[in-house]
Amino acid sequence: MEIPYAVKARPDTGLYNAKVGIWLFLASEVMLFGALFSSYILLRVNADPGTWPLHLLNVKLGAVNTIVLILSSVTVLFGWASLKMNNFRAYRVFQGITLLCALTFLGIKSFEYRDKFNHYEVLLKNGMIADGHINRANTDTNLFAFEAARMVTNHSELMLPPAADVKLEELKIPMAKIKDRADGKGKEIENYGPWHSSYLAIYFVLTGLHALHVIGGAVVIFALWGPLAGVWRTDPERYINRVEVSGLFWHFVDLIWIFLFPVLYLL
Amino acid sequence: MEHAAVGDAHSVAEAKKHMRTYAIIGVALMIGTGLTVWAAFINFGSREINIVAALIIACTKGFLVAGFFMHLISEKKLIYAVLVCTVFFATGLMYLTLLSMNHESIVQVR
Amino acid sequence: MQDSAHAPEAHHDELGFWRKYIFSTDHKVIGLQYGITALLFMFFGFCLMLLMRWQIAHPGQAVPLLGKLLLKIHGPDMISAEASKQGAGAMGVIGADLYNSYGAMHGTIMVFLAVVPLAFGAFGNFVTPLQIGAPDMAFPRVNMASYQFYFIGGVVMLASFFIPGGAAKAGWTSYSPLATVGDLHRPNGQTFWLIGMVCLINSSLLGAVNFITTIIQLRVKGLNWMRLPFFVWAQFVTAFLLLLAFPPLEAAGVLQMADNLLGTSFFLPTGLVVSGTAMHVSGGGSPLLWQHLFWFLGHPEVYVLILPAMGIVTEIIANNTRKPIWGYRSMVYSVLVIGFLSFIVWAHHMYLTGMGTRIATFFQTTTMMISIPSVIILTSLLISLWGASIRFTVPMLFALAFLPMFGIGGLTGLPLGFNVSDIALHDTYYVIAHFHYIVAPGTIFGLFAGIYYWYPKATGRFMSDFWGKVHFGLSFIFMNAIFLPMFFQGMAGMSRRMYDGGLTYAEVPASAGSPGIPGLSHFVLGLNNKILWAAVCLGLSQIPFIINFFWSINHGKKVTSDNPWEATTLDWQTPTPPPHGNFTKPMEVFRGPYEYSVPGQARDFTAQNEPDQAQPLTHGNSVRS
Repeated sequence: MEIPYAVKARPDTGLYNAKVGIWLFLASEVMLFGALFSSYILLRVNADPGTWPLHLLNVKLGAVNTIVLILSSVTVLFGWASLKMNNFRAYRVFQGITLLCALTFLGIKSFEYRDKFNHYEVLLKNGMIADGHINRANTDTNLFAFEAARMVTNHSELMLPPAADVKLEELKIPMAKIKDRADGKGKEIENYGPWHSSYLAIYFVLTGLHALHVIGGAVVIFALWGPLAGVWRTDPERYINRVEVSGLFWHFVDLIWIFLFPVLYLL
Repeated sequence: MEHAAVGDAHSVAEAKKHMRTYAIIGVALMIGTGLTVWAAFINFGSREINIVAALIIACTKGFLVAGFFMHLISEKKLIYAVLVCTVFFATGLMYLTLLSMNHESIVQVR
Repeated sequence: MQDSAHAPEAHHDELGFWRKYIFSTDHKVIGLQYGITALLFMFFGFCLMLLMRWQIAHPGQAVPLLGKLLLKIHGPDMISAEASKQGAGAMGVIGADLYNSYGAMHGTIMVFLAVVPLAFGAFGNFVTPLQIGAPDMAFPRVNMASYQFYFIGGVVMLASFFIPGGAAKAGWTSYSPLATVGDLHRPNGQTFWLIGMVCLINSSLLGAVNFITTIIQLRVKGLNWMRLPFFVWAQFVTAFLLLLAFPPLEAAGVLQMADNLLGTSFFLPTGLVVSGTAMHVSGGGSPLLWQHLFWFLGHPEVYVLILPAMGIVTEIIANNTRKPIWGYRSMVYSVLVIGFLSFIVWAHHMYLTGMGTRIATFFQTTTMMISIPSVIILTSLLISLWGASIRFTVPMLFALAFLPMFGIGGLTGLPLGFNVSDIALHDTYYVIAHFHYIVAPGTIFGLFAGIYYWYPKATGRFMSDFWGKVHFGLSFIFMNAIFLPMFFQGMAGMSRRMYDGGLTYAEVPASAGSPGIPGLSHFVLGLNNKILWAAVCLGLSQIPFIINFFWSINHGKKVTSDNPWEATTLDWQTPTPPPHGNFTKPMEVFRGPYEYSVPGQARDFTAQNEPDQAQPLTHGNSVRS
């Protein structure tokens, strides 16, 4: 039993089934990320003054990631065009580059995430706040050791990165000097994870969900590139359709990042 | 029948033309990225202008990806119809929620 | 061209038990899987409701018969281990938290695990490809995945009853901050609820993509849009609602899960204090954001609940009146308008959140507008009865009852749609009565009608006519007995979700020395016990249906033709039951879906795929479409 129009386009719509399917799915993804972007806008607009940080993220890394994704979008298309020209080897090369770009993107993102998890804010009993990167090599449990930190007097000073003339220094703070949590569950030591602020929360959710889509898209492209490549020999048109559909998903992932980058990194 | 549509002279020429377009748009997008970063650090006086500038550039880049990379510019009516509805509803969600929430009558918890 | 990608399906008869019945990609098998699973969940949700109604009618009294068992399942934190007022040995008084779990899960299970999977997953899957002349859905393996996600989501939801703290207890609407701070176990029932919802939402999204693609791409030759049975139109719009409205809830679910597990504050405001201690969270979030994201789905969801039932009822009415549906074209346009408008009315669930009069007026206006196409559909169905020679088959009885029941449900929505009158009625039993009238004697009657109608196609036998009528009569009486009083309770001010049935707000009559306290009257509270009895009787009334359903598989009256109801649509022009691939000969459609009693024809119906005869009065296109 064969499903009609799985490969050949239906005359009145001009489309084959998977293309209709993927665009419908992408429409639902637009709603998904649209809701998250709406949440971002609402959280930001309703935030108390002095609680929304700016330029907390590494713009250079974000820009590199943007370029990497754009490149991968181009290579995905080159791969598809090579298939249409019956050049399977060129397709293999281009998709290989696409997958390398995906890995690069994820690698940079992991680095960024780790950086945030190493960035700590510590509230002291005297009202000062120590903020910087933790020294993971420290073994003394009575001390909280920063490898590069600054001291500020109130939280809203942390909304902008340190000014050019501020030097970050090594800092070792005795645990006794650190404020206790009001709910009794330890000290006021918190890293820049999603729990730190609304901004970081929405940053992690948006980029995390995006990264999951990068992984998903890369897995599908890899599957077609590797294990499922046999279909090219038995049914090339079907194979090209599948590659096209996976490419559409990949472009969508790129499209989301094109909006994520300025919204989270620059504005 | 399988190979007639794939690899024939006509479609090879077409594909090569398309590849040129993709490469050009790819470069345009990368330039756009540089532009976005540069514009973000210019002090226009009010942050609103930075936001608007960033969004205009992002929308242009988005249009290029959607229009050319995803072939929307030559896509069938049906797909357009679905996407137009989607964008309308997503905008509605954003806009109406913003209007409903950002109102002085909401008592803020202090 | 050798279709190697489908080689495994080519020899369907050689598939083993697992591939044929459990991991099937055939839309009919998947439809039945959805149907049976959904009916089981409906039964479970019904039982939860009975436990709640007991507590409402007899607060502080142990649950009869089941008290000890419930104590074993839920533990003494949730349900009293001490003897109740009735004396020693009568353990098992439902605590407030347990009542709230039952409430939240009754709603969640009924909406997401019972009605929608039955209406969309079961009927949609089974009937739609048949009615459009397709061999299966466009993406059969995606179809199987969609059922599997549903099943997993259901298991996760059920499992949540057994973890410390019990199931989710912040209502089916899961409002923050209660959803996050109400149960401080981590993970808790709410976490399971969110994971379950993500599974269910993904199931629906996959299903929606499949349905829309199938209806657009796999319509058989000659089946243009205006010749589609209304059932297919209804499923088409429902699929779009699911596709575009569910993702914001999935996003919100992820955000709430982050609040629950990662300590974020997407929906927690600054300065939140729980049991005297300030919560150690960043704050800055907004509980209203959750409500908007939830109701953005929540409103289209209620149309997802009703539209398939309208589709089923339309098919059955056309078939049993032996006339075309009056106003088919208007109904099609109406259902499209309903689909569109349903996305921009959601905040009528939030009139009391202080959104300001201008935006409230916007939502009120769109809400009033959306009632128009609904009325057009209902009116068209009513007018379709005019001058008809009605066959009072069991499906038709349920379909006929649907009309006034949905009418009551819909009309009682009007005072809720106006924000002024909603101030008095919001969160009262009036709301419960309103939506249950639409879903219970509304949609569920439509679904019962569908089961009795399509049963002969799936099994080759009729369900017992006599017991079907008993089932109908009793269900009709008791549905009304349960929900009609609730309107009065609501208008008297009785709030929803009160675990003691409103006893806290009972009026204290004036007496010598005290002016008394106004509140819920003895009469209003007394209705609770009557409702309990009606609910028990409604449950008992389902027994003939359950027995009938299973008994008739092997003992029901056999059909004598493939088209026992003498229907025009393509689903009845197949062998019984339809084989894998559905149609044994190439299909082509020549006419509209409701060519009943066409003058000049030999029979009182003409199937859609019957070729034109050389008759001067009938030409290819339906006269009335």
